[in-house]
Amino acid sequence: MIGFDFSFAGTSLTALGSGALWWSSERVLVVSDLHLGKSERHARRGGGTLPPYETADTLQRLSQLITQSDPATVICLGDTFDDLAAVQALLPTERTQLHDLVAARRWIWIEGNHDPAPTDLGGAHYESHNIGPLTFRHIAAPATQGEVSGHYHPKARLRSTSRPAFLVDQSRVILPAFGTYTGGLRSTDPALTALMDQNALAILTGPRPLPMPMPR
Amino acid sequence: MLPDSIQTWFAAKGWSIHPHQHAMLERRSNPATLLIAPTGGGKTMAGFLPTLADLATAPHDGLHTLYVSPLKALAADIKRNLRAPVDEIGLPIRVEDRTGDTSQSRKRRQRADPPHILLTTPESLALLISYPDAHRTFKGLKRIIVDEIHALAESKRGDQLMLALSKLQDLCPDLCRVGLSATVDDPDAIARTLACHPDPCDIVLADPGPAPDIAMLHVDQPPPWAGGGAAYAIPAVLEQVKRHKTTLIFHNTRAQAEIFFRNLWLANDDALPIAIHHGSLDREQRERVEGAMVRGELRAVVCTGSLDLGIDWGDVDLVIQIGAPKNVKRLVQRIGRANHRYNAPSKALLVPANRFEVVECRAALEAVQAGDLDGEARRSGPLDVLCQHILITACAGPFAADDLFAQVSTVGDYANLPRDRFDACLDFCATGGYALKAYDQWQRLIKRPDGLWQLRDPRAAARIRMNLGTIQDADLLKVRLKRSRGGKPLGEVEEAFAASLTPGDTFLIGGRIVRYEGLREMTVEVSRNANKKPKVAVFSGTKFATSTQLSQRILQMFKQDHWPDLPAHTADWLHLQREVSELPRAGHLLFESFPHDGRAYSCIYGFAGRNAQQTLGLLLTKRMEELGLDPLGFVSTDYATLIWGLEPVTAPEPLLDPTGLRDGLEGWLAGNLVMKRSFRAVATIAGLIERNQPGARKNGRQATFSSDILYDTLRKYDPDHLLLKVTRDEAMRGLVDFGRVEEMLTRIQGRITHRQLGRITPLAAPLLLEIGKVPVKGAGEEKLLQQETEALMRKSGLSDLAS
Repeated sequence: MIGFDFSFAGTSLTALGSGALWWSSERVLVVSDLHLGKSERHARRGGGTLPPYETADTLQRLSQLITQSDPATVICLGDTFDDLAAVQALLPTERTQLHDLVAARRWIWIEGNHDPAPTDLGGAHYESHNIGPLTFRHIAAPATQGEVSGHYHPKARLRSTSRPAFLVDQSRVILPAFGTYTGGLRSTDPALTALMDQNALAILTGPRPLPMPMPR
Repeated sequence: MLPDSIQTWFAAKGWSIHPHQHAMLERRSNPATLLIAPTGGGKTMAGFLPTLADLATAPHDGLHTLYVSPLKALAADIKRNLRAPVDEIGLPIRVEDRTGDTSQSRKRRQRADPPHILLTTPESLALLISYPDAHRTFKGLKRIIVDEIHALAESKRGDQLMLALSKLQDLCPDLCRVGLSATVDDPDAIARTLACHPDPCDIVLADPGPAPDIAMLHVDQPPPWAGGGAAYAIPAVLEQVKRHKTTLIFHNTRAQAEIFFRNLWLANDDALPIAIHHGSLDREQRERVEGAMVRGELRAVVCTGSLDLGIDWGDVDLVIQIGAPKNVKRLVQRIGRANHRYNAPSKALLVPANRFEVVECRAALEAVQAGDLDGEARRSGPLDVLCQHILITACAGPFAADDLFAQVSTVGDYANLPRDRFDACLDFCATGGYALKAYDQWQRLIKRPDGLWQLRDPRAAARIRMNLGTIQDADLLKVRLKRSRGGKPLGEVEEAFAASLTPGDTFLIGGRIVRYEGLREMTVEVSRNANKKPKVAVFSGTKFATSTQLSQRILQMFKQDHWPDLPAHTADWLHLQREVSELPRAGHLLFESFPHDGRAYSCIYGFAGRNAQQTLGLLLTKRMEELGLDPLGFVSTDYATLIWGLEPVTAPEPLLDPTGLRDGLEGWLAGNLVMKRSFRAVATIAGLIERNQPGARKNGRQATFSSDILYDTLRKYDPDHLLLKVTRDEAMRGLVDFGRVEEMLTRIQGRITHRQLGRITPLAAPLLLEIGKVPVKGAGEEKLLQQETEALMRKSGLSDLAS
């Protein structure tokens, strides 16, 4: 897998250009903040009717990634669904596609603030989960070690280019959002500068992931 | 024709009624009348006289006359001006204004108990007709006066207003429409916009007054070869300011106004009271300047289009236009700002900012003298505005599609709207109009068993009202001085500009230099900075493209053997170009190729206006890339595009083949930023993107995602979607301006003159100095980013930690 390799809490991880994290020794693929069903939820709550293609688009990219990497385990780091009603509102084709992905391997759902309960799609559901030295949870905890989380949708800017980015320091990795309809929070935001230590890296997503000192 | 009380009042003032005011009184019962009068011609009084006469003779219950103007300030100004006759004659008339600044409680009261005369803006009117009680508010309405209709007619605000009028006409069938306009090229087109189609519309032409006294400002020093600052003219401009009472100094962009104001201020040794006024400044600051002007305390105001419209700003006796006016009509309207008195000639001076603009200014002068105003063909009514109108209609209550279509068809610009396009808009409002039907149960509008359409969720009305309007200022951020508790507001900058700043950068706003400190909750925080020179001096504003008519005039001028009307420095320059290469000709395309500084250059003189030349640059470099000519970048002005690369162009014909260019356009449109910007505007107006959400914290959190993503998604999954079509049409006409590229290609009919020269030509040289160079990207962007990130990693020592 082409990506940026870095060592973290005694493991060797790869930040992929798509915004997913690959742990090659365990064959674990991690994605965060898919926000499936966002346009449906938006319409349901009386907002504009956004183009209803983001769930299909996100699933297509995820399934492509799984085909490429053939993981033993997939971890969704929370906010997989824009809300719990969105799980029921999945179109039949989307539901089948997701169901097939889940059934074919070990699948772990971490709960997020948008989707705090188990679904009927199979897989295992946890509030947080440990594998070896790593802890997977949705929102970064204050004092922690070996933590992999999502939630913030971090992005970083270099000159006029702003892209979703991984944030990495000694004790934590924060993943960018994988979903198609997801915005981003600048790495310069106090919420992120407070979490990440001075030597933190931002790894820009894109055709080729690019590490840089995290802009603060 | 006038009641005695009003006649007496006029007599007591020593005024007589102008012939055009008479003409308006005679036509008081016509369904539609358009008055065209120069600024200061008593236009507004002509519009209101029939109303005052009516109300003086017969008491009226409720709203009688609705006055709509494009500016809030204008509504307030008219309210003051109407007070005099109403109070002095003792007429039983209540006059009130209603704009975004009016308090909520007052607005509520106005709906239940409207005044006789209500002064408002298109947006406030759209809001008024969105309430279910609109029929009560407008009961008995007799007249509607649309002021500065020439300005409104050019924008979507005008379309929104005319759609609102179609609803009012339905509520009050006898409503008379009056339009007040400055001098325009095509009065018939404005008349068609104003009238309830197919009603006729009378046009009253007021005496245009004496011809303006207009000239080029004489400056000893020749203007520079490129750029738009006109700093060389500062001493001469100051001299003119000293010689006049009040001078308005117009600029084409806010950035130029800021830079010029700063330079003017530095040279202002006599400490003359000079101020700056433009649309990005804080309202409070603008109002202060406006107040000072009315009181006659200012000797000069550096301004932009924000002062274009007809407010009576006191005793202006000179207008200076900095930079080529780009458009003759706008120039004439600006000149009209001077000598705001009937029968006195307006005095204006043009200041070219660079050598080419000397030619442009000369052409504009001749056009003004010949009364040759430029105009654009009227477009058909934009569909995004129609979508918003459908949503507004739904807010007011259930409606029948047939009725609404009939109403919309009475609006001039929508008169030829095919029913299937209307139905597509209705479907978009109801379901989103997607090929994939995913929202069946969550439609925005639903069709009831009785066939009427209504909002599915009545609470949606509040959301729709919050996002009403067609003005696109969504991407502006407020600028404040950094203080513990929120400092003084200074104005606004574009979000894209703010995003390019890093702490410590300096820029100009409101004539002062500030230092960027950071972004806090969607506010740009700055501190005062005493630096002499701002590091970053530009924030973008509208860049006008030179009109087709003006471009043609310039080409005509190039045909002359000599140029006795041009200053020697400019005439010599043109002679030299003729000697070395040739001057561009109408009906031909001059294509120069020459080496310079180790690169192969080509200069294409299309005279198609800045936007079209920019598009041409993008398309040509794309084709050059395919042909292996390795283009590296290009820069465009209103008259030419200069391209540089590694390989010289030996045959321009295949590059300029219209079919090839059109194909290139299709591919290029895919990821183009200009298209995305157009899409954002269209999707916001049509109601797909909500700028304001109830209870949303405006802190730019991850809740919002970019409209670019919606654009990309639609292109990928639903390429025939209505909004993509609308976006495309719009960009082709506006920012992409492919219409003018096509027009140019038709004009030249393949007549390309290719000049291969040994060195850079006189006409091409200034382009090298132009700002706004566009690098040709591609795989290059990734390469560049990689180099930079690696350098940063090494510099910070993090590369050792990371491996």
